[in-house]
Amino acid sequence: MRSQKGQRMATISLKPKSSSSSLAWAGLALLLIMVFNLIFTPGFFSLQIRDGHLFGSVIDILTFGAPYMVLAIGMTLVVATGGVDLSVGPVAAIAAAVVTSLIGRATDYSAMPLPMAVLIALGIAALCGLWNGVLIAYLGIQPIIATLILMVAGRGIAQLITKGQIITVYYEPFHFIGGGFLVLPFSLFIVAGVALLASLLVRRTALGLFIEAIGNNASASFYSGVAEKNIKLMVYTISGLCAGIAGVIISSNVRSADANNAGLWYELDAILSVVIGGTPLTGGRFSLLGSLLGALIIQSLTTTIYSFGVAPEVTLVVKAVVVCVVSLLQSEQFRQMVRLGRA
Amino acid sequence: MIFSGIRRGSPALARLVNPRYLPVAVTIGLFLLAYIVAGARYTGIATVQVLCNLLIDNAFIIVSAVGMTFVILSGGIDLSVAAVIAFTSMLSAALLERASLSPAIVIPIVLMVGTTLGAGMGALIQYFKIPPFVATLAGMFLARGACFLISIEAIPITNPWYASVAQFQVPVPGGFVSPNVVVALVVLAVGMVILHYTSFGRTVYAIGGNEQSALLMGLPVARTKVLIYALNGFCSALAGVVYTLYVLSGYGLYANGYELDIISAVVIGGTPLIGGSGFLLGTFFGVLIQGLIQVVITFDGTLNSWWTRIVVGMLTLFFIVMQRWLHAQGQKVE
Repeated sequence: MRSQKGQRMATISLKPKSSSSSLAWAGLALLLIMVFNLIFTPGFFSLQIRDGHLFGSVIDILTFGAPYMVLAIGMTLVVATGGVDLSVGPVAAIAAAVVTSLIGRATDYSAMPLPMAVLIALGIAALCGLWNGVLIAYLGIQPIIATLILMVAGRGIAQLITKGQIITVYYEPFHFIGGGFLVLPFSLFIVAGVALLASLLVRRTALGLFIEAIGNNASASFYSGVAEKNIKLMVYTISGLCAGIAGVIISSNVRSADANNAGLWYELDAILSVVIGGTPLTGGRFSLLGSLLGALIIQSLTTTIYSFGVAPEVTLVVKAVVVCVVSLLQSEQFRQMVRLGRA
Repeated sequence: MIFSGIRRGSPALARLVNPRYLPVAVTIGLFLLAYIVAGARYTGIATVQVLCNLLIDNAFIIVSAVGMTFVILSGGIDLSVAAVIAFTSMLSAALLERASLSPAIVIPIVLMVGTTLGAGMGALIQYFKIPPFVATLAGMFLARGACFLISIEAIPITNPWYASVAQFQVPVPGGFVSPNVVVALVVLAVGMVILHYTSFGRTVYAIGGNEQSALLMGLPVARTKVLIYALNGFCSALAGVVYTLYVLSGYGLYANGYELDIISAVVIGGTPLIGGSGFLLGTFFGVLIQGLIQVVITFDGTLNSWWTRIVVGMLTLFFIVMQRWLHAQGQKVE
């Protein structure tokens, strides 16, 4: 009798989790933070119009959350293949170093046309991703190790590009990318563009299906004719490109590139966004929207803690608790324990 | 197991050096070669005191890397080590300076806190099947955040016992080392004994080789895995004590990014991140190689210190590719 019950539970738990349920969890978490702020943080939701654009805590969350959201999109695809990309922070630092040194320090002109400088920076970031992809797909090195190499070496490379200095850019049009407004922060339009492109790519082509297939069972998908290596190559290149975009947004927002600190711990926040968004780290079914929500949750937590005047570093403790709760919720063992406790 | 194939396939190579020892032999060889070349090129490197300084500066990394080797041998990973080092420094400083406790109480407390944190992460990994990466990431956030809960400023340590230990010099022929080096070498020796002469050590290798097989063989996999992370938590906290004695203060941003240096030291030392094979001696030389790169860059004076990161990255890649190659050779013959 008892074993029968256990079996029934096992069958229930084996049912594929729909991504909509984890989306609901993420949405609920975000809602809770917002309700908390509505009650305890006066003026959190007040929006003002200053100089023709919107100001307020909510806008802050969106502005500062933009790079995280872009990173989370690339990281989602990587995690969905069952991999992980530890190098996004240093790659963002490299892109920031490249774009700022190409533009230069002059106030009224750019040493290189702005679009060209941005494109070169993104190209180099994509190359970094490609390098990861080659190591992982063609040399068969585990993702965590392959990207660890660039994570270790990347900041050194960024330092070489900036010659160890913090490059400050005074050219105004550059500042528009990460700090400009078209009513809403301009970086949000970049996020929307990247998210739209990515979702078209994975939902309107077979790429999304292939990515999930690889994440579920790499060898099975290989034998059923999925070009596993090329897809991995592509996914890591996209992740590098996203890291590059994030790097450009960050450096533009603070008008400088700091090889040591730009994108510090971003990889961990990006992975955290993906996990909170309901994409399991073991790969398979993924949700881009969930990861975007995840990034917003993290940024809302940070902003909430800021507005309470607590040291920003303390957010790390809150993040630790969030990681634990979310991964316990996703853990089958934990769910079973709770169910047994109830029964 | 993997390498038995090589032994059959190319007996000449096997007779020359057992492939099991090849990565660690390459690491030691590389260190000696680099040391000889550096000694010939820069006058002053080839002195006993420079070697001693290499140990003094890297004592805490050696202690932490010993624990990390156990984790990686079992096929896991621990991202929390550097954060635990920082937290230990912070907690020690707070207990010594603000609570005015004696070091005889403070050191056991911080060691216990580190061990408990490690055991907690091990339990999450073992009993809730949370990937080691995620569980120790949470541990890392927790430890770093806890530092800043104590204080966001650095706390200097003025305790006389700490100060006297920090300044104490242990004489060795041709120079001196700090007590920290003695601690590091003792940890290394004890680690070797545990790894090679206890059933716990053999179980660690077995889990890294194939966890399923280890389970079927009736080995205490669950207990061992929790113990591995507890041991690593202990080592990180001890590394934190050693580091605190080295810098005589506590600060939440100490050892920032060092988790990767510690992991790379283990990999450069010849332990593959999939686990199952490797030696603590390799890890020791892995730490020394990283330290030597820093020494060479300091002696050169024209090279920028950020080359360290790039060279360490390249060395890590070299060792990973070598291990992949050895693995492939083994499978080809089988």
